Amino acid sequence: MKLRTLEISVGAFMLAGMLALVLLAFKISGLSYKDRTNTYTLYARFENLAGLTNRAKVSMSGVTVGRVVNIVLDTEDYVAVVEMAIQNGVPLSTDTSASILTSGLLGEKYIGLSVGADDEVLLAGDEIEDTQSAIVLEELIGQFLFSRSE
Amino acid sequence: MIDQVASIGKWTLEKCSQVGRAGHFLYLALPLGWDLGPALHRVVKQVYNLGVLSLIIVLVAGLFVGMVLALQGYNILVGYGSEEALGQMVALSLLREFGPVVTALLFAGRAGSALTAEIGLMKTTDQLSAMEIMGVDPMRRIMAPRLWAGFIALPMLAMLFNLVGIYGGALVAVDVLGVYEGSYWANMQSAVDVQDDLLNGLVKAFVFGLVVTWIAVYHGWNSEPTSEGISRATTMTVVQGSLAVLGLDFVLTAVMLGGF
Repeated sequence: MKLRTLEISVGAFMLAGMLALVLLAFKISGLSYKDRTNTYTLYARFENLAGLTNRAKVSMSGVTVGRVVNIVLDTEDYVAVVEMAIQNGVPLSTDTSASILTSGLLGEKYIGLSVGADDEVLLAGDEIEDTQSAIVLEELIGQFLFSRSE
Repeated sequence: MIDQVASIGKWTLEKCSQVGRAGHFLYLALPLGWDLGPALHRVVKQVYNLGVLSLIIVLVAGLFVGMVLALQGYNILVGYGSEEALGQMVALSLLREFGPVVTALLFAGRAGSALTAEIGLMKTTDQLSAMEIMGVDPMRRIMAPRLWAGFIALPMLAMLFNLVGIYGGALVAVDVLGVYEGSYWANMQSAVDVQDDLLNGLVKAFVFGLVVTWIAVYHGWNSEPTSEGISRATTMTVVQGSLAVLGLDFVLTAVMLGGF
């Protein structure tokens, strides 16, 4: 084989390999730089996360408006502090409430937001005051059995 | 009794010295030399031999592995009523495991065996000694371009394998089994992480590329200069290369998942 055709085919091969990597990164992993810059940070405190993880969805009326970025334990009050990145185009009023929900019966946990009526909006770094922890099935069953036995 | 103990000791020493020889060989064979232009041409030629010529088998295998994953996964997931998670399952198993591992196994069989046979025959026909007499270092001229080419070619092949596999999975899942296309891709995008899944798979592919090519080139260089010796060396390449890939895969996965 001629040297030139050989080199062209190797070049095409390398380009195809790198293109595959880029395609995998953007199309399959859903990586995009837009999300990082066009978001603002909000915090929320929950008593029990029950399996909420990093990168979980934050949704409002079923539409994804952000992601969970970080979860830490507040060692003074012993509650979980969840850091969320919310898209800039979504202003939330100060009386917005956040609750941990489950998609489907066995699906993954996500944070559902429902907007309030207040005129003022939350700014970057603010905290959502009104939160509702996840419903833990074992606790429900425990309460049910306890109320039956009385 | 003494003889048996002595033979165990001899066997251990022999294995030890083989590992040492292989390590010393890698140290000698990695530097490409100072004039980078001709060295680059030699690497390009070997990338053609190892990468471009392995393309067809890797792409066809990727397509079928992706299609089978979708088919099998569908039959399991449909029992839980969560066939929407199929995209996630196909993508994660391909990116994390099947992509690097299956590509490396195919590479050991397709390209590694060819490398060993080529170098073994060069040794048998005294081409390597002739080079040394002419003052050409066979390590830099023959071994180094092949090692680097394998190191470069395998990750490229693995990425193409992943891509073809995921689209093959989509073909079966969406067009044949009737999974909703939006949920196939959306579930995949929310589950796959660039760092944890894609880049860790790429790291695996680079490691496998180096190890498989190292084993192949070493066995060629170390083969007995007879036709039987070449055949034995080629077999050793495929067996040891495949086992090394599978064993290293466990170690790398354990490190990446942080279980140890």
